[in-house]
Amino acid sequence: MKIVLEHVSKRYPNRNRKVGGVFTAVDDFNLTIPDGKLIGLLGPSGCGKSTTLNMICGLETPTEGKIWFGDTDVTNLSPELRGVGMVFQSYALYPHMTVQENIMFPLGNLKGEDKLSKEEMLRRVKHAASLVQIEELLERKPSEMSGGQQQRVAIARALVKTPKVLLLDEPLSNLDARLRLSTREEIRRIQRETGITTIFVTHDQEEAMSICDEIVVMEAGFIRQVGRPQDVYDEPENLFVSKFLGTPPINVFDAEVQDGRLLIGDAVMFDVPGVPNGPVVAAVRPEGFIVDNKGPLVCGLDLVERMGRDKSVVATHPKLTSARQIRAIIDSDVHVDSHVDTVRFALRRPKTRLFDVQTGERVHFPGEEVVREYQRQKKATS
Amino acid sequence: MNTRSFKGWLYLIPAIAFLGVFVVYPLFDVFIYSFEEGYNSASQTYFGIGTYNYSYVLRDPYFIQALKNTFILVVITVPLSTLLALAISVALSSIQKLKELYQTIYFLPYVTNTLAVGLVFMILFQKTPYSDGFVNQIIMAFGGNAVDFIDGPYWAKMTVMCIYTIWVVLPFKILILTSALASVNPDYYKAARVDGTSSWRIFYRITLPMISPMIFYLVITGFIGAFKAYGDVVGIFGTNLNAAGMNTIVGYVYDMLYGNSGGYPSYASAAALVLFVIVLTITCINLLVQRRSVQTS
Repeated sequence: MKIVLEHVSKRYPNRNRKVGGVFTAVDDFNLTIPDGKLIGLLGPSGCGKSTTLNMICGLETPTEGKIWFGDTDVTNLSPELRGVGMVFQSYALYPHMTVQENIMFPLGNLKGEDKLSKEEMLRRVKHAASLVQIEELLERKPSEMSGGQQQRVAIARALVKTPKVLLLDEPLSNLDARLRLSTREEIRRIQRETGITTIFVTHDQEEAMSICDEIVVMEAGFIRQVGRPQDVYDEPENLFVSKFLGTPPINVFDAEVQDGRLLIGDAVMFDVPGVPNGPVVAAVRPEGFIVDNKGPLVCGLDLVERMGRDKSVVATHPKLTSARQIRAIIDSDVHVDSHVDTVRFALRRPKTRLFDVQTGERVHFPGEEVVREYQRQKKATS
Repeated sequence: MNTRSFKGWLYLIPAIAFLGVFVVYPLFDVFIYSFEEGYNSASQTYFGIGTYNYSYVLRDPYFIQALKNTFILVVITVPLSTLLALAISVALSSIQKLKELYQTIYFLPYVTNTLAVGLVFMILFQKTPYSDGFVNQIIMAFGGNAVDFIDGPYWAKMTVMCIYTIWVVLPFKILILTSALASVNPDYYKAARVDGTSSWRIFYRITLPMISPMIFYLVITGFIGAFKAYGDVVGIFGTNLNAAGMNTIVGYVYDMLYGNSGGYPSYASAAALVLFVIVLTITCINLLVQRRSVQTS
């Protein structure tokens, strides 16, 4: 089911009545979610991602705009008429019911022609349970299960009515780190197996990057960027997106362009022909630093951490604004002398992104392109 | 005994002493009194030991009347007040506007002085030379005949008693149930809504099981409280409850001790123990039912 959000806004009356006015949770959203894809709504807390999910679900109605499921306008339709399944952050499993009763609960709501026989209900419960691999837990109570198992039951309950859209609100936030990894792959598998258009909300960029077909990065009620995870990571359209994605985070410098050259401090990094003179923000991914004895970026060396696969160089630079320290990731076989006070870097162009100081919008320069396999294919076919 | 536990016991002495003197000792005393036949509190003597006190009390028509009154009161007020409190709490938790105002109104009887409450009931039900009481005026406005609720027929007096009891216990039950309802995670309701659950099914299958421990708590304490009814009855019908035919078990115990027919601590003790056995039995049954039907989360 293709989902389209058309100029959707959601405003609430301000919580502090004395101040008055309205709080805009979601501001003029335009988004098309293709059929059968796994989409992640990603953003810091309070950015309106849960509100968006609730509006798609039908628990909340937009103040303005329209929501389409395929060719149907569902804006004012109640949740059960939309054919959505929802998994809540708390799982919301009814504690007094067994797993089987929990999964069967939505089926018990069917009335009239849709009413199912007991056998049919049981069959569907079994099917949903087998999808999430919990057949042997059907007689248990939610309190007798681990968080990961509860999560599966919640997904089974959302799937039992064979919804056209599956919505997950922070599905992994209540799990420990190890379970999180396996559960997110599980969600991916279930989505692939069922082919249901799935939207999930998360504040964890790694989660979104790892399993989504597309991510929607949000900030303060606005969509900042939509795209494939790798595209958004490589080609952030603005400073917020570049800072939000990636661990360790991107390193942001106050920089300047003079006569087509990029300067951090007084040192020339590389040529950026065509970029107008004046201050810019330069953001460098941790993997964008090359340790080079003649490199232009002279930094104070704090620490070299060996992490097996690669090394992490922790350094300082007066023009750095994003954090106290630079964190550069380099190959483990590159030698870094950790007994000296300074380290010098050169910067990789495809890992360096420039942004406007005022608007935070991307400033493009030649030679910044990341060329990847599928882009080459795309170019070849077009 | 090591010093730690010695210290522990030392600190407990004041509490234990008080409880021992004012609770434990009287309990044993009541038990002993109830088996001492012909006990005289002036000379502190008795004829013998046996179950005569019990057979006297159980044959005493006043006690039978008191037992009957108490049972009627319990059977009517406990379920009614709990259901009413549940209905009001659900209504309170589903409204938005003026919620606090309504909560305050429903909670007022709890903080109101008993005498003031009694006065209100007098205005409502008492027949005086000047007025027939508010309720009678309403009955007459609809073409009925005035009823004397305080000195009139038994059912009229029992009605007043039941209304009074329900009204007095309602605030506490509403308080408990509204907080129980508020503590239910709203995600359950959202999940049910997404599945298109009807509001009746939500209430019956989700809300009710979730708050059932609190409902059982209220039923048990309600039973115990109603069995112990006395003060309110005196407030409405005066101290001569036997004459009014409105005595309760606790009232009977009091009368046997200090009333006009008083001075019989043995009979009083026997009646008190009968009450104790009744309350114990009912509470045990309640707990058994609770264990079967209340689902723990």
